[in-house]
Amino acid sequence: MPFSSLSDIQDRLNSGQTTAVEVAQLYLDRIAAFNDTLNAFVHIDPTHVLAQAEASDAYRAKHEARPLEGLPIAVKDIFCTQDGPTQCCSNILKDFHAPYDAQVITRLKEAGAVLVGKTNMDEFAMGSSNETSAFGACRNPWDTERIPGGSSGGSAAAVAAALTPAALGTDTGGSIRQPAAVTGITGLKPTYGRVSRRGIIAFASSLDQAGPMTRTVRDTAMITAAISGHDSRDATSVADAPEVDWLAACDAQDMKGLKIGRPKEYFVDGMDAEVRASVETALKKCEELGAEIIDISLPHTEAAVAAYYVIAPSEASANLSRYDSVRFGHRCENPEDLLDMYTRSRDEGFGSEVKRRILTGAFALSSGYYDAYYLKAQQVRTLIQQDFIQAFEEVDVIATPTSPIPAFKLGEKTDDPLTMYLSDIFTIAVNLAGLPGLSQPCGFASNLPVGLQWIGPAWREDIVLSAAAAYEGATDWSNKAPATFGGES
Amino acid sequence: MDIDVKKVAMLSRIRLTEEEAAELGPQLSSIIGYVEQLSKIDTDGVAPTAHPHDAAMPLRANVVTNTNRRDELQACAPKTESGLYVVPKVIE
Repeated sequence: MPFSSLSDIQDRLNSGQTTAVEVAQLYLDRIAAFNDTLNAFVHIDPTHVLAQAEASDAYRAKHEARPLEGLPIAVKDIFCTQDGPTQCCSNILKDFHAPYDAQVITRLKEAGAVLVGKTNMDEFAMGSSNETSAFGACRNPWDTERIPGGSSGGSAAAVAAALTPAALGTDTGGSIRQPAAVTGITGLKPTYGRVSRRGIIAFASSLDQAGPMTRTVRDTAMITAAISGHDSRDATSVADAPEVDWLAACDAQDMKGLKIGRPKEYFVDGMDAEVRASVETALKKCEELGAEIIDISLPHTEAAVAAYYVIAPSEASANLSRYDSVRFGHRCENPEDLLDMYTRSRDEGFGSEVKRRILTGAFALSSGYYDAYYLKAQQVRTLIQQDFIQAFEEVDVIATPTSPIPAFKLGEKTDDPLTMYLSDIFTIAVNLAGLPGLSQPCGFASNLPVGLQWIGPAWREDIVLSAAAAYEGATDWSNKAPATFGGES
Repeated sequence: MDIDVKKVAMLSRIRLTEEEAAELGPQLSSIIGYVEQLSKIDTDGVAPTAHPHDAAMPLRANVVTNTNRRDELQACAPKTESGLYVVPKVIE
């Protein structure tokens, strides 16, 4: 049961074989047993979890079950929730209690989900290893000496070790897909504008998007169906977004005639040989299933990381200016004057990676440098977007590795920020172009999970889900789970 | 490129210790050095992208939809008094 998919648990709840309370208790017991090892959750309130499960069972007794009735879902510490603290794994928000729920939290509640707790993450989602969290690093269930990816590392580790069957993450430059890849689970970053950003603590507003992290492709569809849709209180939520029939897309599972683009820039020297081999084998499998693999080029790929590390820090430096210790957040002791209060509170509250990004952004936006950095990066962003638009004239979907390397060791890359930044080389362009991207397990490299990334045209999550579901149905990778935590590897 | 870390830190309203400044200086230079590869890309006549789908800012009717939640919203403030936020004295 612990390693069951959401849809399996839903079947059992629907047929009366189990109750939401039993399901919640099962996962609470696993969290109690394993969280000390993994540090995947930073906040958990068992009484509140069981109360939600009881309420769901009571609802089910009287009404027709809602789409996520009684299903446990954990959420990254970046989502504002009225229940419990919302700290973004930062000391500047230590003990912060949000006065309102994020729109996606409201939608999960309306769909009947049981919210399990808050998961660990890189501070303000800035990182690729979960090591910048103010509440300590999180560990990869496949090898606890290794990172679970980031920034949604806690959500990934929690799902991979079955401390919860599903979780929400956010993805600014790969923060759902990269941790999903290195922990052997499935994660979807929807098209930018598909899911409301209201109540999600902002990092880079033109890139941030929330999405599900689950055991199966269908489970990502179930959750995205519940959380997506226009929100008039989020100005970046797109009002007339083309709709997707989420579950039907997963049922389609037909690869016959599907044109899959294989961008040469994503199969390069320097990437892990076993990662490359796993992804090549996955593409061969797709070919056997009737797909056509077409070599394509996305010529501005190499510039994506550079453009991202101008745009994201610039937006972050603006977004994080709100932590002024006036309306919320940490304030230093005995400030001498207003300036001392701002500068000392922010020095004490922010960790070093967050400071690095704020400073990078402030520099790129500063007088005399704006055109050379920020404006230039936004122009390059246009070129990256055009690369994809041209590619999608020729192919239906693009397949790549999610991460060039499997999970690295804790501490291995913390000394050199730039090397850390390059671990997102295959996920960043998708955010810059605002496209949907999904990572699913496709093999192992040195006994560590490898992710296959699907990239679709804007608003065409259905193509991505259908391809991923077909691949999942024809292989066994999604059923693998770490043996140390009771899974079948 | 040499970056005046102290100046950028002041723009960001972050006090840096000498140690932090000494560490961040070379790191910022290396990050900016890396992103400088952008200058080699020909972007003549290319429009900058601000929103991935080029969506326009939506408008809504100018009507009040929020209720008064001052007490709840101020509950998370470091210091308040009579419904006001308290900060160190700005004008003598």
